[in-house]
Amino acid sequence: MANAYPIIDHQYDVVVVGAGGAGLRATFGMAEKGLKTACITKVFPTRSHTVAAQGGISAALGNMGEDDWRYHMYDTVKGSDWLGDQDAIEYMVREAIPAIIELEHYGVPFSRTPEGKIYQRAFGGMTTRFGEGQARRTCAAADRTGHAILHTLYQQSLKHEAEFFVEYFALDLLMEDGECKGVLAWNLDDGTIHRFRAHQTVLATGGYGRAYFSCTSAHTSTGDGGGMVLRAGLPLQDMEFVQFHPTGVYGSGCLITEGVRGEGGYLTNSEGERFMERYAPSAKDLASRDVVSRSMTIEIREGRGVGAHKDHIHLHVEHLDPAVIHERLPGIAETAKVFANVDVTREPIPVLPTVHYNMGGIPTNYHGEVINPTAEDPDRVVPGLMAIGEAACVSVHGANRLGSNSLLDLVVFGRAAANRAAETVKKGAAHKTLSQDVTDKALAHLDHHRNAKGGTRVAHLRLEMQKIMQNNCAVFRTGEVLDEGVELMKGVWEKRGDIAVSDRSLIWNSDLVESLELDNLMRQAAVTINSAANRKESRGAHAREDFPDRDDVNWMKHTTSWVDEKGAVTLGDRPVHMYTLTGDIDVIPPKKRVY
Amino acid sequence: MAEFSLPANSKVHTGKTTSVKTSATKRAKTFRIYRYDPDKGTNPTEDRYEIDLDKCGPMVLDALIHIKNDVDSTLTFRRSCREGICGSCAMNIDGRNALACLKPIEDVKGDVKIYPLPHMPVVKDLVPDLNTIYAQYASIKPWLQSQSPAPSRERLQSPEEREQLDGLYECILCFCCSTSCPSYWWNGDKYLGPAILLQAYRWIADSRDEMTGERLDNLEDPFRLYRCHTIMNCTQTCPKGLNPAKAIAEIKKLMVARAG
Ligand SMILES: Cc1cc2nc3c(=O)[nH]c(=O)nc-3n(C[C@H](O)[C@H](O)[C@H](O)COP(=O)(O)OP(=O)(O)OC[C@H]3O[C@@H](n4cnc5c(N)ncnc54)[C@H](O)[C@@H]3O)c2cc1C
Ligand code: SF4
Ligand code: SF4
Ligand code: FES
Repeated sequence: MANAYPIIDHQYDVVVVGAGGAGLRATFGMAEKGLKTACITKVFPTRSHTVAAQGGISAALGNMGEDDWRYHMYDTVKGSDWLGDQDAIEYMVREAIPAIIELEHYGVPFSRTPEGKIYQRAFGGMTTRFGEGQARRTCAAADRTGHAILHTLYQQSLKHEAEFFVEYFALDLLMEDGECKGVLAWNLDDGTIHRFRAHQTVLATGGYGRAYFSCTSAHTSTGDGGGMVLRAGLPLQDMEFVQFHPTGVYGSGCLITEGVRGEGGYLTNSEGERFMERYAPSAKDLASRDVVSRSMTIEIREGRGVGAHKDHIHLHVEHLDPAVIHERLPGIAETAKVFANVDVTREPIPVLPTVHYNMGGIPTNYHGEVINPTAEDPDRVVPGLMAIGEAACVSVHGANRLGSNSLLDLVVFGRAAANRAAETVKKGAAHKTLSQDVTDKALAHLDHHRNAKGGTRVAHLRLEMQKIMQNNCAVFRTGEVLDEGVELMKGVWEKRGDIAVSDRSLIWNSDLVESLELDNLMRQAAVTINSAANRKESRGAHAREDFPDRDDVNWMKHTTSWVDEKGAVTLGDRPVHMYTLTGDIDVIPPKKRVY
Repeated sequence: MAEFSLPANSKVHTGKTTSVKTSATKRAKTFRIYRYDPDKGTNPTEDRYEIDLDKCGPMVLDALIHIKNDVDSTLTFRRSCREGICGSCAMNIDGRNALACLKPIEDVKGDVKIYPLPHMPVVKDLVPDLNTIYAQYASIKPWLQSQSPAPSRERLQSPEEREQLDGLYECILCFCCSTSCPSYWWNGDKYLGPAILLQAYRWIADSRDEMTGERLDNLEDPFRLYRCHTIMNCTQTCPKGLNPAKAIAEIKKLMVARAG
């Protein structure tokens, strides 16, 4: 195999896979600390999906009213429906404040208050005084916050002269004796194969939204890191928790930020009723995302959807001052025009709950180190492997992520990973031996897909999987529908053997890239739907009609999941960290979650 | 914008035609797409695909994806966000540079001709090599530079000062502008071109940045800045509605002011 694919070797202290917000923050943080750092990415850094984030990034700066990191912590724990690890949440919300100030110092063009401070807007589930008032906590650069942050982080990476390998596709982890020794990657530009050795390999590959038919995420959001981890025989965590954003544009799925509702926008049904007032009397349109998405789904089901097919909902901003729209929401005005042909100053935007974010992912501790739990040690670290960003499950979002907490997660844990690597990696240390078998196994995976000569197009199998996930693992779930989905996914798995890749080149073979991505998506789809069928309660984004209540006695625990080459899924669990990091705040005990 | 032209050594031959039209097809449309296979090394071809618009979404990118998914999976192009924010899918459509994901098919009368961004080396099909322009981006030190120590909180910036960045910071580095600029075509190795100059101005315009002098020094050169002859192609083509020509004019004004 090695002869068929000549290999170019590289040695680094650390290798980061992914150049979104999380990957870039880790990359230049590590370079800054003097570690020899490489960043591998399948798209040019500023094309990573973080660029699409709109609404903002949370931190209790208190620029526009009272705030405290403790309130932010309470909201995040409540938002997570008590599935988040409270030590990690405390870490994130406290670090949020210096992390945002640091972003400003790097040059992020935040919108400003009249006094010249960072502008903060209201977002769903973000309150003051433990649920009493509405907080203004989400720091925004108009409605292009992700773009502003991602470009700035790339600029910092240029400043720190980090080494990039752009349009390199990471194929597989190089795992030996339970330890990660690096990663194998394919350079799309010239077709060469590269073996990166590293003392720490950091997966920052983003979410797997494309496992679903309709999602807000980019075509490249295929969860390759999660796929690599599953192929390495390691588990993923809490995969049943998939967030549906209330306001994807009907049809295209493009996102309309929650910031729209933060600025005063609201939803109506076919009767023109502001129905969120019924479902969430105090937070209304700014209730947590899972709550709003379910309410919309019920409205549509009960026949109060809008449009010819009564299958979507209206989002209004016509009542807002056009100057506010121009200053704070220019991007969504554009998106609504292009993708729904709507002038937002005159008419409502047609929207629908759309797959948006993966709470689940690669389990880690709050340093970003990947966990491979055992019964004796549920927090056992995998040597040499880290994960950050949407690819990871720290878990700070638990069963439901609050809007603007993800961008925060990226920068806080990107930085935490850099700090941890600086502590654990000895600069320039020699690399351990690595047997050729490990590389060969990864090459065999590539070679298998490259020579796939079956009768099923990659795109068609992908579509079949996406439809199953969309129909059988949606906003509302029942045991029957989930079990059917599990069976249907088995059918899709069987067709893997019949895949057809028609481009045989190694140079920019995007047909092969999509086939490898589909492999990653399918593994994650399988563990997602199996985890969902297994969890017999409702919590956060996982709403079971046959088990409508949260069951803390039996289910206040993380799901862990593995999948083998035959598509058979194994499930386990791991305790939630019901303890905080310091004595500065007590554990927030579970209670009923109402908005 | 000037009619698209190719370097002399890359004459495009007529390629294959693939049709998935049937008698049931109501809205047929032909896409004429530039194909180049680096493994063969032969001249590029213009392949024709006759498709049914009812089988795909409204944008040119939807058609490309439909062709790749259902007709010819070897067709190669960059794409990611599908909403005009990542800058991946810049290409020459119907003689103009545009983002395929924001370009409605119905805007094109007749056949839809799709070529890579002009005057860039082509890696494969619609994928140009952008390494030179990325290096030019790094050369302007596109990050906040200041000498005064950072305060413990955010640097203050008034809404008016912040407004100076509007129309600049939104750039998505798609390079539709630079690859439509005749000056950049002929002097792309030395002239920075509109995209990069817009970025240079973005930092000059930022009240928090303290290196305006150095930034201007870095541009004070017969080629890096002064190859712009205000042809305005850049501004006409920018899919985000930005105005690089104006940014360049502002830099030139500052040059005059400080010389003066
Ligand atoms: C439309 C939209 C709007 C959003 N708005 C907000 C918001 O306002 N606030 C908020 O907090 N959150 C928001 N989110 C969520 C947030 O943007 C994402 O969770 C976050 O950007 C993910 O960042 P990341 O760094 O983990 O990964 P990404 O930005 O997705 O980057 C993944 C990186 O990994 C690389 N990669 C992947 N696979 C491979 C491979 N095989 N080989 C090499 N490289 C690879 C890619 O090239 C890319 O660089 C939004 C999400 C969406 C979809
Ligand atoms: S205005 Fe200047 S930069 Fe723009 S196209 Fe003309 S010459 Fe090029
Ligand atoms: S100025 Fe416009 S056309 Fe030029 S790179 Fe930026 S977004 Fe693209
Ligand atoms: S796909 Fe991102 S700009 Fe077109």
